[in-house]
Amino acid sequence: MPSGLLPSHPLDTAMPDLAIIIPSVLNGITTGSLYALIALGLTLIYGVLHIINFAHGALLMVGLYAVWFLNVQLGIDPYWALLIVPPAMFALGYALQRGIIGKASHGRDENILLVTLGLSIVIENLALYVFRSDTRIVDTPYSFETVEFLGAFLPLPKVIAFFGALVTATVLWLLMARTDLGRAIRALAKERKGAELVGINTEHVYAMSFGLGIACLGVAACLLLPSYYVTPQVGHGFVLIAFTIVVLGGMGSFVGALIGGLIIGVVEAMGGLFLGESLGQIGIFVIFILVLMFRPQGLLGHKV
Amino acid sequence: MLDVRNLHAGYGAVEVLRGIDLDIAKGEIVALLGSNGVGKTTFAGVLSGLVPAWSGTTRFNEEDITRLGAGRIVDRGLIHVPEGRHIFPNLTVRENLELGAYRRGRGNRARNIDHVAGVFPRLKERFGQKAGTLSGGEQQMLAIGRGMMAEPDLLILDEPSIGLSPLLVEEMFDLIGKLKAEGLTILLVEQNVLQSLEIADRAFVMENGQIRLSGKPSELMDDPDLQRAYLGLA
Repeated sequence: MPSGLLPSHPLDTAMPDLAIIIPSVLNGITTGSLYALIALGLTLIYGVLHIINFAHGALLMVGLYAVWFLNVQLGIDPYWALLIVPPAMFALGYALQRGIIGKASHGRDENILLVTLGLSIVIENLALYVFRSDTRIVDTPYSFETVEFLGAFLPLPKVIAFFGALVTATVLWLLMARTDLGRAIRALAKERKGAELVGINTEHVYAMSFGLGIACLGVAACLLLPSYYVTPQVGHGFVLIAFTIVVLGGMGSFVGALIGGLIIGVVEAMGGLFLGESLGQIGIFVIFILVLMFRPQGLLGHKV
Repeated sequence: MLDVRNLHAGYGAVEVLRGIDLDIAKGEIVALLGSNGVGKTTFAGVLSGLVPAWSGTTRFNEEDITRLGAGRIVDRGLIHVPEGRHIFPNLTVRENLELGAYRRGRGNRARNIDHVAGVFPRLKERFGQKAGTLSGGEQQMLAIGRGMMAEPDLLILDEPSIGLSPLLVEEMFDLIGKLKAEGLTILLVEQNVLQSLEIADRAFVMENGQIRLSGKPSELMDDPDLQRAYLGLA
């Protein structure tokens, strides 16, 4: 049978050479850095509140719509929106924790879990009602520009996203390590009574933590939209991946989320390359299961 | 300095404190004695705003602080070093001390850290170490040092000697004497009756959520009830 008439199965092809692998790895790293940013918010909230924020994906979607709205209605570039959306998302997160999640949960972890799940359902359906389920994109002059690096042509928005995520992670790390707020967040995460005794306003610091986690989503939304799209359900895929990253890196570990994000990004890209686009994500969930089986505390997590 | 009148408090339907009257003057060490479960720790918690009072009043430096809340009570200079230490295990020793000045004493943070290091030389060697890796005695020192960082007017020490070896208990009581010499006012909550009476200016003995006896140590030592109940003397 003459080759070329039928689409060849990806497994039939020989090992792709470096000219294909390198761009793929670089692409995976840039995507992974955005995953890491989303996971960073999730792991921060988990570290302090000890719950998985099920509304994480829905709130990312809110951020994406905010960026889209600012662009389409007001003509604001997604990167200029970095000055608007993350602070607004921070305020939203603070208000949600202080006004709804904290109040409705009465201090019980399983209640917080259910409240965030409920929130995600409400937010998604609101988005469906307001924006309908159409896929929206933004049109920027640089959407299709590329940057050459190691012989690979990388989309400019992805390169910007990579450095943006790196800067954000560094700022967040400095905040946690060097400021009183960061120390208070870490103190409250492990020792609530001690925190109250040194006069830390626990409700305020819980809300600040949640706000910071959601602000990460705001940054991710601004960096993501120039090379991606938004629909009311867009958060689902991301939150699943972010959850895998948090488990892989170690629940509550910052560095773990960063490394985990990059690993997952590359694994996804490699999976896409060798198994085909539609099976690309299978590697992520294989890793998820392997981690749960052999290293449940994650790469950088502590034994429970 | 501290004036507590007819204080009632408890958890759920259980009344733990059943009308406490207690006062402390500036510069005193006052010991609050009593066996396990009589309500001493609950009382300390009410003073620092961790446990809500049901009724009665707490006045501190002429101000009613009964319903002020933990943070504002710290602002006023009433600092509580809790039973069980409650230091931050995931933070370094230095960070623990820094957080001691989270609300009060911020301006003098560097100077006060030096001061704490002078009082507890052993902590100084461990400044960069995670607090969770310290020994029990060192953790107790850190808890007290963290309290000192807020420049307390009144320091409540809840069971500072619990869980320490006899040698360390001795050291802890020496240290409390030293803190008094620096002019600190201290409420010492203890089960260790004899050693507390040795350094206290006055003492209150609690039983069943009420103050049973109070007075100078010399008077209390002569009290037949106290001798029988706490000193094991006939």
